[in-house]
Amino acid sequence: MQHGKYRFIAGFLIVPLVIYAVFVISPFVQAIYYSLTDWTGLSPNLRMVGFDNYVRLFHDSVFWAAVGNSVTLLLLLPVVTLSLGLFFAFMLNVGGRRRKKAVIGGVRGSGVYKIIYFFPQVLSVPIVALLFQFAYNPESGALNSFLGAIGLDGVQPDWLGDPQLALWCVMGAMVWANVGFYVVLFSAGMSSIPKDFYEAALLDGANRVNTFFRITLPLLWDTVQTGWIYMGILALDVSAFAFVQIMSVGPGGPDYSTEVLPLYVYQRTFRDGQAGYATAIGVSLLIVTLVFSAVVMRLGRRERLEF
Amino acid sequence: MGSTSEFNRRDLVKRAAALGIVALPAMSLLSACASSGGGGGDKAAKGTKSAKNPLAVNDSAGLDVVIFDGGFGDAYAKNALAEYTKEFPKAAGKAKLTSTQKIQSTLQPRFNGGNPPDLVDNSGAEQMDFGTLVSKDQLTDLNALLDAPSIDDPSKKVRETLRPGVVEMGQFGGKETWILYYAYTVYGVWYSRGNLAKLDAEYPETWDDMLALCAKAKKKGIAGWTYPGKYPYYFPFSLYPFIGKIGGPEVLRRIDNLEPNAWHDPAVKAAFEAYYELYRKGYILKGSPGLDHLQSQNAWAEGKALFIPNGSWVENESAKQIAQDPHFQLAVGAPSSLSAADKMPFGTLWASGGEPYIVPKEAHNAEGGMELLRVMLGRKAAQNFIKQVSSLTSLDGGTDGVQLPPGLESAQSVLEKAGKNVLNPRLQDWYVALQKEKIGVGAIGEMMAGRMTPDEAIKKIQKYADDTRADSSVTKYKR
Repeated sequence: MQHGKYRFIAGFLIVPLVIYAVFVISPFVQAIYYSLTDWTGLSPNLRMVGFDNYVRLFHDSVFWAAVGNSVTLLLLLPVVTLSLGLFFAFMLNVGGRRRKKAVIGGVRGSGVYKIIYFFPQVLSVPIVALLFQFAYNPESGALNSFLGAIGLDGVQPDWLGDPQLALWCVMGAMVWANVGFYVVLFSAGMSSIPKDFYEAALLDGANRVNTFFRITLPLLWDTVQTGWIYMGILALDVSAFAFVQIMSVGPGGPDYSTEVLPLYVYQRTFRDGQAGYATAIGVSLLIVTLVFSAVVMRLGRRERLEF
Repeated sequence: MGSTSEFNRRDLVKRAAALGIVALPAMSLLSACASSGGGGGDKAAKGTKSAKNPLAVNDSAGLDVVIFDGGFGDAYAKNALAEYTKEFPKAAGKAKLTSTQKIQSTLQPRFNGGNPPDLVDNSGAEQMDFGTLVSKDQLTDLNALLDAPSIDDPSKKVRETLRPGVVEMGQFGGKETWILYYAYTVYGVWYSRGNLAKLDAEYPETWDDMLALCAKAKKKGIAGWTYPGKYPYYFPFSLYPFIGKIGGPEVLRRIDNLEPNAWHDPAVKAAFEAYYELYRKGYILKGSPGLDHLQSQNAWAEGKALFIPNGSWVENESAKQIAQDPHFQLAVGAPSSLSAADKMPFGTLWASGGEPYIVPKEAHNAEGGMELLRVMLGRKAAQNFIKQVSSLTSLDGGTDGVQLPPGLESAQSVLEKAGKNVLNPRLQDWYVALQKEKIGVGAIGEMMAGRMTPDEAIKKIQKYADDTRADSSVTKYKR
């Protein structure tokens, strides 16, 4: 029966495989092809130019600025978002004061917090970005008004207008928008961890920090890893594009301090009419993404715990 | 608890995520566009040429118009289309007008597929690059329209009824006219007569007076200037004509031509230093570097700042905020004189066409597209445009008998005062990336936020200009 096993399986998968080939594989092959042409995006006439686009890319300082910012987002955004998500989820489920009858429980009012944390997830990305843009408005926004109200009239940053701060401002909005989802995701994961583990730990005199690092985190590792990959994609891709495009100066500024790869792809295609060059940037974005996923998969490999 | 199926499900999610990585990147969005072949060539038969129909429009062919839905809206174009269908009743059901802010993403697949619309208002943030369209031979030469008789006066050609400079702006170094700019924009320093009157002042004709007025305003807690820091390429609206006024139109021509050291001209340095003075002396509204165009216009309309570099669309765009103050009295000023040695007299300003209309080469009914433009360049449609959106049109005149709102009235009178001294720098339509992202955000924005000195800004801009000149992928123009 071993003979022809794969053909048998493929027979069942033929439809999804074809769909995958048409909508995922073929765009890739095409994209690599277009990255070797001088396609403008505005006319069907195009010419092969070999690796010219990649050579130009190598000498393009804006491209390197975009790579730098995208990688910064890629490294920091998952760490910050997931740490916050884990912390909140832990506090909501396990971190509360010990009460009678229950072995573990969340802080007081955890049900309400859970809803509040999830709230940003209900809003669409452009709305969140716009809200934050209003808050960052240096002239009448919430942040500077608050600073003024508590007597810090002298400290009135330009927020998005300041190249030192702009990327952090965008990142702040992205964390705010995403953390709630992970609180809920991790809460769900934590509720499937058997209570007796916690009970045993408590009997041994473990405090909250120990419980978190010795029990919760290891048993939640798979979920964290999944979240890590999703967050990484978000940092590299559509979400970063939307936030930067809506919020930043320019967009992409000031002085390229918030330029990210997907935005640069967009600008080169839709503003400059250089779709071929933009596709080359897209291919480099693909490489960054692949490296990221390979690293995460490798680092995250751990022995499975059965419970 | 503890069943293994839990893990299997998680595993699945994880694998799905890994696959998702491969599927998501933005590049896959792009590639779908180009492959859909480029047949085209499906043209409507020409109609019969007559005195009423000089462009030989096929009277029963459909018409497909795409309008940029920005500061001017689309009502004016709808009204013109109604005129068109009155002229060609058989086309009535088949003439359609779509308006969008996303010109390029809407139209790119249609250009690639060889079935573009018959007339496009190629404007806004998603404007399609003209250099690319022209060099890839995607546009119809509009000279046929320009040489057709005007709709009001058959003895005059359309060409002869337009404001000076409009036809030239639509040419790219050859005889063909690829673009027809419909709106006519006056750029400059916009202010409120009412707010200046509160300070017993009128528009300062010299830069010293400008600084004195700003100092006076500062004492009362009012800023002299504000600007949209998110889009600092608004500064050139008053800065470029200021440079031209100081050093003569030749300086701007050399800048447009990307000549080496064009930016190191003393006139550029003088103008930059004068503007930098506004920052240095604290005459710029705090927080301006983080404002977008609407936020800065709101602050200015509320009287928090006196002046804003802008174009004549501001009257329509900020109409609601301006209307809050009945004594606002919107007006525009030409750049103030820096010194008596300025090469051009006070009144010299930047005015040029806006709302670029194009007729694609592969259009099904190109004659119809041009005919609609001819209708729009008639007095009736032009007056309608002026009334609806308070902006001038490329049609010279058309304002008589119309009650103009204060801003437009002022624009009209500074334009008359300028006479022949109208400058028309072209960087913003020739080299969009250079003008907006590099010079605008990368240098002028940095300088006006105080993070760069004028000398550093000029050096950086010159380098940007040199890079653009050396970049073989950018189409170059000369004037």
